[in-house]
Amino acid sequence: MAQITCQNLTLGYEGRAILQNLNFTVQAGDYLCIVGENGAGKSTLMRTLLHLQPPLAGSISLGEGLGPRDIGYLPQQTLVQRDFPASVWEVVLSGCQGRSGWRPFYSRRDKALARRALRRLEAEELAGRCYRELSGGQQQRVLLARALCAAQKVLLLDEPVSGLDPKVTAEMYRLIAELNRRDGLTIIMISHDIQAAVSYASHILHIGQPVFFGTRQEYLQSEIGRSFAEAQEVAAQC
Amino acid sequence: MLTALTVDALAEIPARLALYFQYSFVWYAVIVGVLIALCSSLLGVTLVLKRFSFIGDGLSHVAFGAVAAASVLHITNQTLLVLPVTLFCAVLLLRSGQNARIKGDAAIAMLSVGALAIGYLLLNLFSASPNLAGDVCSTLFGSTSLLTLTQTEVWLCVALSLLVLIVFVLFYNKIFAVTFDEAFAKASGTRVELFNLLIAVIIAVIVVLALNLVGSLLISALVIFPALSAMRLCKSFFGVTMCSAALSVLCAVLGMLISLLAATPVGATIVAVDIVAFALACGLGRLLHR
Repeated sequence: MAQITCQNLTLGYEGRAILQNLNFTVQAGDYLCIVGENGAGKSTLMRTLLHLQPPLAGSISLGEGLGPRDIGYLPQQTLVQRDFPASVWEVVLSGCQGRSGWRPFYSRRDKALARRALRRLEAEELAGRCYRELSGGQQQRVLLARALCAAQKVLLLDEPVSGLDPKVTAEMYRLIAELNRRDGLTIIMISHDIQAAVSYASHILHIGQPVFFGTRQEYLQSEIGRSFAEAQEVAAQC
Repeated sequence: MLTALTVDALAEIPARLALYFQYSFVWYAVIVGVLIALCSSLLGVTLVLKRFSFIGDGLSHVAFGAVAAASVLHITNQTLLVLPVTLFCAVLLLRSGQNARIKGDAAIAMLSVGALAIGYLLLNLFSASPNLAGDVCSTLFGSTSLLTLTQTEVWLCVALSLLVLIVFVLFYNKIFAVTFDEAFAKASGTRVELFNLLIAVIIAVIVVLALNLVGSLLISALVIFPALSAMRLCKSFFGVTMCSAALSVLCAVLGMLISLLAATPVGATIVAVDIVAFALACGLGRLLHR
């Protein structure tokens, strides 16, 4: 049984379908990259996987003891957060909120979890700092630590490197790959960056016309994969 | 000669204050003022950051309409009518605001301006009061009514403030999570709608409370200024909340004392002190973060 199985999924807003008949599975320990043009429905798919909106048709089934709230989420940063007066520690700890139910305060276990998450992302020394004064890369690491507090099995990352400079981008990819390899976390990442997708991911889901789902090698040999990779290469050379 | 005069006046201040504080209604006013200032500052940060400040403003106009209706109906304890009406509108505004941002903006504008107009119209048509302009002015800007609070009103005020404080402390972590990142909170299982509703309800209660202190037009100032000042100075959410509460209470006490001594309107004086505090916080913040 796979961790996440999507069958005949139709996605969209207010009855209008954007994407139809989507089928794919995610196994524990996979590193799945979701790529595709803007407006193809990447964010809608992500919102549906997080149960923030219902699918128009089809089903998402979770297996291997994965609950609907066991998926950690790294959203794109909002404008509000840029000027938010909060310490890194408060932000990371807030990742434990979803599990605490009606309990008003954080337990010792929550705090230990938050400390461990910061350590895993090599961000321990940031704990006392003010979130809004951090660099973009540091902020992403903090938000990733928060996602780790919320869930320990699957991470959903929504364009985790957008707006970061190349050096920090590489660092971020390394950290994510380490979480995948060393800690065995399943990674699902939305990305624009095909180059990074084909070098880090184990599986690729390309949404658009047509939809492609398969391993990285299969994607590189497929027509759509080749044409997309070439287009990006040309763009990079220009 | 001028300096001699001021020195004399300054020397007189402690004696005059001692005289005022012999009266129980002055104590009532100060206690109620401090509690209201404390409550109103707590959610300020959340309102500013969630772009909810306009909801507070809209609700205060609704409260004005409700006060007008209550006085036309000759209801002695106005809070009993004003509170349910304001609560209802808070829930209504939040519901419409969630569907679409722009629609929500328009809904708030409609509701608040509508309540203002209807309230004034009601007062004009049905009021038996000889001093209509004075009534309207005191509802809009607060007045000496703080000094004429009955014991029931004081107790109601104390009870509501304590309720707000308790709810805020119990849900502090959840309010933080919902304020900082709604999408994440929702995805990780926090009941975002419920807590947004809770925030709206607390705002409504605070608006009704603050109506006594500063009047309906100045409520937003009481909510927003301490939070904005604290945001210049502190780096953590907890720090900002604490600092904002302390600043708000300090400014309210100072404002009330000044208004007692100089016979200025209470609400406007408190807001003026808040503005001075904000200017100081801006300066200090710039110095600290250079």
